[in-house]
Amino acid sequence: MESVTPILEFKKTCVSYTKQTMAVKYVSAAIERNTITAIMGPSGCGKSTLLRAVNLMHSLYQNIRVDGEILLNGENILSMEPIDVRRRVGMVFQRPAPFPTMSIYDNVLSGFSLNGIKLSKAEKDTTVERCLKSVALWDEVKDVLNKKGTFLSGGQQQRLCIARALAMKPDVLLMDEPTSALDPIATKHIEELLLDLQKEVTILIVTHNMGQAKRISSKSMFMYLGELVEYGDTETMFTNPIDERTKAYLTGKMG
Amino acid sequence: MAKDKLMLWGICLLAALTAVPLLAILGEVLLRGYHQLSWAFFTEPTPTAYKAMKAIEAGEPIPGGIANGIVGTMIMLGMAVIVAVPLGILCGAFLAENSKNRFAQFVSYLTDLLQGTPSVIIGIITYIWVVVPMKGYSAIAGSVALCIMMVPLIVRSTEETLKILPASLKEAGLALGGNKARVMMRVQLPAAFGGIFTGILLAVSRVIGETAPLMFTALGCSLIRFSVDKPISAVPLLIWEFFNDPNLQELIWGASLFLLLFVLALNLTAKYLAKRWNQ
Amino acid sequence: MNDKLYRIILFVAALIVPIVCGGVVYALVTDAYDAFEHFGFLNFLTSSQWSYTAGNEQYGALPFITGTLMTALLALVFCIPFSLPVALFVGEYFRGTKVASVLSTVTDLLAGIPSIIYGLWGFFTLRPILMALDISPQGSGVLTASLVLAIMIIPYVASLSAEFIKMVPNDLKEGAYSLGATRAEVIRKIIFPVAGSGIFSSYVLAIGRALGETMTVTMLIGNTNNIPDSIQSTGNSMASIIANQFGEADDLRLSSLIAIGLVLFLITALINMIGKMMIKRARIV
Repeated sequence: MESVTPILEFKKTCVSYTKQTMAVKYVSAAIERNTITAIMGPSGCGKSTLLRAVNLMHSLYQNIRVDGEILLNGENILSMEPIDVRRRVGMVFQRPAPFPTMSIYDNVLSGFSLNGIKLSKAEKDTTVERCLKSVALWDEVKDVLNKKGTFLSGGQQQRLCIARALAMKPDVLLMDEPTSALDPIATKHIEELLLDLQKEVTILIVTHNMGQAKRISSKSMFMYLGELVEYGDTETMFTNPIDERTKAYLTGKMG
Repeated sequence: MAKDKLMLWGICLLAALTAVPLLAILGEVLLRGYHQLSWAFFTEPTPTAYKAMKAIEAGEPIPGGIANGIVGTMIMLGMAVIVAVPLGILCGAFLAENSKNRFAQFVSYLTDLLQGTPSVIIGIITYIWVVVPMKGYSAIAGSVALCIMMVPLIVRSTEETLKILPASLKEAGLALGGNKARVMMRVQLPAAFGGIFTGILLAVSRVIGETAPLMFTALGCSLIRFSVDKPISAVPLLIWEFFNDPNLQELIWGASLFLLLFVLALNLTAKYLAKRWNQ
Repeated sequence: MNDKLYRIILFVAALIVPIVCGGVVYALVTDAYDAFEHFGFLNFLTSSQWSYTAGNEQYGALPFITGTLMTALLALVFCIPFSLPVALFVGEYFRGTKVASVLSTVTDLLAGIPSIIYGLWGFFTLRPILMALDISPQGSGVLTASLVLAIMIIPYVASLSAEFIKMVPNDLKEGAYSLGATRAEVIRKIIFPVAGSGIFSSYVLAIGRALGETMTVTMLIGNTNNIPDSIQSTGNSMASIIANQFGEADDLRLSSLIAIGLVLFLITALINMIGKMMIKRARIV
C-alpha cells in the first residue's frame, strides 16, 4: 500500500458542550480519498456532532468546544477560518433545505452568490447543468429551472441540496442522515447517486440505517457514547465485528 | 349539563356583542361620511372657518377637502418609513442573532418599553428634541415622532419572524461557505420577507391614525405643502381640528371615513398576507 | 462585507434603542426639573391646584393622576365581562374553527381603529345615549371615557388571554373530562388555574395601554382640572391635560406638563415591566 496523506484525519478529536459533558471523546481516524465512510451508532452517540465539527458548525454556538485536531489534506481546520473550510467541505442536512426564496437555478449557484463569487452567464449555465446532471436531476427540472426549489418533491429537493454542495467542488461531502426524511424510492435514488459520486468526492455519511451503510459504504465507523468503538472495512465490520458493543448494535440488541 | 349549555350560550352572546362597537363605528362613519367623498374632497385643501361659515349661512355644502392632510400624512409617513424600516430590520436581526447575549436582552427589554410608551410622550420628546432646536414645528418633527413609534414594532416583527425560520436554513447557507452577512441578506431576510412586510404594514397602520404626537410636532396647516421644514397637516390632525371648530364639523365624517377605511384595509391586507405566508 | 463589519453594523443599529430610551428619560427629567424645583417633588404629586393666573401659578398633578387611574381601572372592570368570553370562545370553545377566526379578525380590526375615531364615536353616539338614559347627566366624564377605553382594550386582552388558554395542555383537560367533569368545571378548575397567571398579566398590560391613551380620553373626559369626585363627574387624565394644554403652555406650565409626562412615563413603564415579567413567567410554566 502506498502511503499518501489521508484526505481527512481526526486526531484525538473531542467535542464538549459544557465543561462537564463530552459528546465526542478522543476520536482518531483517517478517512481515505474517494470512499464512502458511514458513521453509525445509537442516537446520542455523537456521530452527528462529530460530522458537524468537520464543517465547523459548532462555531455558530457559543457553548460548544472542539479540541484535538481535524486535518483536511494535512491542515488543521480548527485553526482555519470557518468560511475557508466550508468552501472545501460541503454539507447536506437531514431535512432537505433548498433556499425557499431562490429558483432551482439560483439554489445550485447559491454557494457562489453566498461567497460573493461572480460568474459569467456561460459559467453559470455549465455549472448548473453539470451539477444537476451529476445528481441525476437535470432531465427532471431542465424546463423549470426558474421555479422555486420548494416545489420539488422531497427526494428531488435533497438531490438539489447535494447539487448545491457539489457546485463548490468540495473535497469532502458531509451528509447527516440525508435520507431519513425520504421515502424508500427516493432513498434508493440517492444511494445510487452517492455510489456514483464517490469518484469525484470523498463522502462521510451519518446513518441510522444499517442496511444503507452496508449497501453504499466501503468503510464504517461505529460510535457509542461519544467514543469511536470500531473503524474498518464495512464488509468486515458487518460479518465479523471485533468489539462486543458493535456486535450488540449490529444484531439489534442495542437501540 | 344545563349549566354547561347556559355557559356556552352566555359566552357566545358576550363574544358576539364585542362585534357591535365595530359595526356601530363603521356604520356611523360610513353613513355620515360617504356623501362627502368626492373628487374635490381629495384634491382641495381645507377651507377657512370664514368660508365655511359663509357656505353654511347660504345653505350650501362646505367647500374644500382634506388634500392638505393627505399630502402631509404621506410625506411624514414616507420619511418615517425610510428611516424606521432599515433601522428596525437591522436591530431586529441583531436581537435574533444574539438572543442569548446580555446586551441584546437589555435592548429587547427597552424595545418593549419604547413600544409601551404613550404616544403623547413621544410627542413631548420630539418637541424637545426637534421642534425646540429647529425653532418651529415641521414635517420633519412629525416624521421623527412617527419613526420613533414605528421602530419598536418593526424590530419585534423582524426578530420574531427571523427566530421562527428553521435553523437548517441558516446552517445550510453557512455550510456553503457564505459569511453571516451574506447568509442574512440572501437567505434569512428573503425567507422572512413575508413576516417582516406584514409587520411594516401593521406598524404603518398603527401610526397613521396617531394624533397626539403630531399636535406638538407637525402642528397642522391649511395649505397643501411639500416643504419638510414648515408646519404641515395630517388626516388625523384635520379630524381633531374639525372636531374643535363648529364651522367645520361637517367635514369630520368624510375625513374619518377615509382614515378608517385606509387603516382597516391595511390591517386586513396584513392579516391576509400573514395567513398566506404561514402556509 | 466581512463578519466583523456586519456585527458592528447590527450592533450600531441596536444601539439606537437604548439611546432613544435614555434620551427620553434625560429630556423629560431635565425639562421637568423646573417644576419639581419650584413646587417640590412630593408637593407637585400631591397638590390638586392647577391655576395659571400670572404671578400666582400653582401646578399639581394629583387631579390628573387620579383621573388617569380612575379611567384606566374602570375601563378594566368594564372590559372583563367581554374579553374573557371572547378569549374562551377563540381559545377553547371554538378553537381553530372558522367562527373563531372571524371573531379574532373582528377584534383585530377593533384594535386597529385610530383612537381619535373612537373619541368621535364616543362623543357623537355614546354620549347622547348615556345622557338620554340619565346614566351620566353631563355626557362627558370619567364614566364615558372609560366605557370607550374598555372597548379599545378588549381586543388586546382577549387575544393575549386566548393565547394562554390555548397553551393549557390537552392531557390535563382530557384527564378532567375522563373523571366526568363538565366543560364549565374544566374551565373553572383546570383552565383558569393553569392559564390564570397569563390571563392576569394580560390585564396588567391592558392597564398599561389604558393609562397612556390620549385622544379618546381628551375628547370624552370633560377636561376640568379638579379631582373627579364620582365616576360621573368630569376631570382630566395625565395624557389629556398634556394634549389640551401643551400647545399653549410655556415656562413653568410647560415644565409642569412635562413633569406630568415624566410621571406618566414612569407609571406606564412600571406597569408594562410588571406585566412583561409576569408573562415571561407564565410562558415558562
